[in-house]
Amino acid sequence: MKIVITSSGLDLDSAIDPKFGRCAYLALFDTDSNTFNATANPFQDARGGAGTQTAQWVLNQNATVLLTGHCGPKASAVLNTENIRIVEGITGTVREVLAQLAH
Amino acid sequence: MKPLTIAIASGKGGTGKTTIAVNLALAVPNVQYLDCDVEAPNGHLFLHPKTLTTAAVRVLLPQIDDELCTGCGDCANACEFNALAVTKQRVLVFADLCHSCGACSYVCPISGAITEIERDIGTVSIGVAEKLPIAQGLLNIGESSAVPVIKAVREQALPLQHRILDAPPGTACAMVETVRGADYCLLVTEPTPFGLNDLELAVGVTRALGVPCGLVLNRCDVGDHTVLDYCHEQRIPVLLSIPYKRALAEAYSRGIPWVTAQPAWRERFQTLWQAIEKQVINA
Repeated sequence: MKIVITSSGLDLDSAIDPKFGRCAYLALFDTDSNTFNATANPFQDARGGAGTQTAQWVLNQNATVLLTGHCGPKASAVLNTENIRIVEGITGTVREVLAQLAH
Repeated sequence: MKPLTIAIASGKGGTGKTTIAVNLALAVPNVQYLDCDVEAPNGHLFLHPKTLTTAAVRVLLPQIDDELCTGCGDCANACEFNALAVTKQRVLVFADLCHSCGACSYVCPISGAITEIERDIGTVSIGVAEKLPIAQGLLNIGESSAVPVIKAVREQALPLQHRILDAPPGTACAMVETVRGADYCLLVTEPTPFGLNDLELAVGVTRALGVPCGLVLNRCDVGDHTVLDYCHEQRIPVLLSIPYKRALAEAYSRGIPWVTAQPAWRERFQTLWQAIEKQVINA
């Protein structure tokens, strides 16, 4: 299972970025291979429609879960075409969130 | 002299754009009033046009045929406004992000997969108030872009008449669309720190557009001197100063233009027009 987490930095101790479409980094965690990889969000500074494009990016990763602070209606519409589970209201660091997931 | 197009803008809201635009339109012969503040057109409250003829303003929106679409993503890649998203099932179109540029249907490799349909986003109305021809736009509630409606209002410009364009507040796309191509921009402000901050932004826009500008200072006897200092420093002429007077506020609150309420104001607005004409000639 692949999980996308919106993060404010590159490493595991970075705080969750509460925004989805314009988050600073997109962290991808693969529970099967236990691998973690964060990349800068290419749509952070889009003039408009950041949410639609970041959501399209999530689809292209074949992720099934999104952990973020808040996901807007247009991004949700894109993610809902694939039945991706959107979990909002996530806080803390990426490491803390992954630890909670393990339990 | 050829007919002039004069935009009345401000930066800051509530400084008196409509008041100036309406009074100028009523004081000068051979003028048309165009209300480009399409999110809140209120010039009609002072002009009382009798009958307005209204037409819909429509923009193009891509419609994807899911049967023909191969999901190649060329359309979404071409979209500068991120209005399209490619999912495994279909391509999603977000109407409120679309700017109707047509790039998606232009690049689509499959004939017929994208067709452009028309969508209502507002209305444009034309009419006459006494002898003054007017046009105004109204953006539908919930729509995000006023620009196509403002374009539709400006298309109503009569060929032989001077045009007074009542601009929306701010310095974003809607204000730019109104001021673009005008012969002159009259900036209405008040002598306050907020007025100055937004005036500086508005002056920046007029300079980027190459439209010469002058100032109307409303409520000139309140606030501070910083707006006048700025105008002096930037060589922006102050063409009219209006004091903060109860009688003016009362006329306004009853929907009575100042040029109707007090004949002296008719002369002042005629003088303002002559000053604008002189500025345009010398620009």
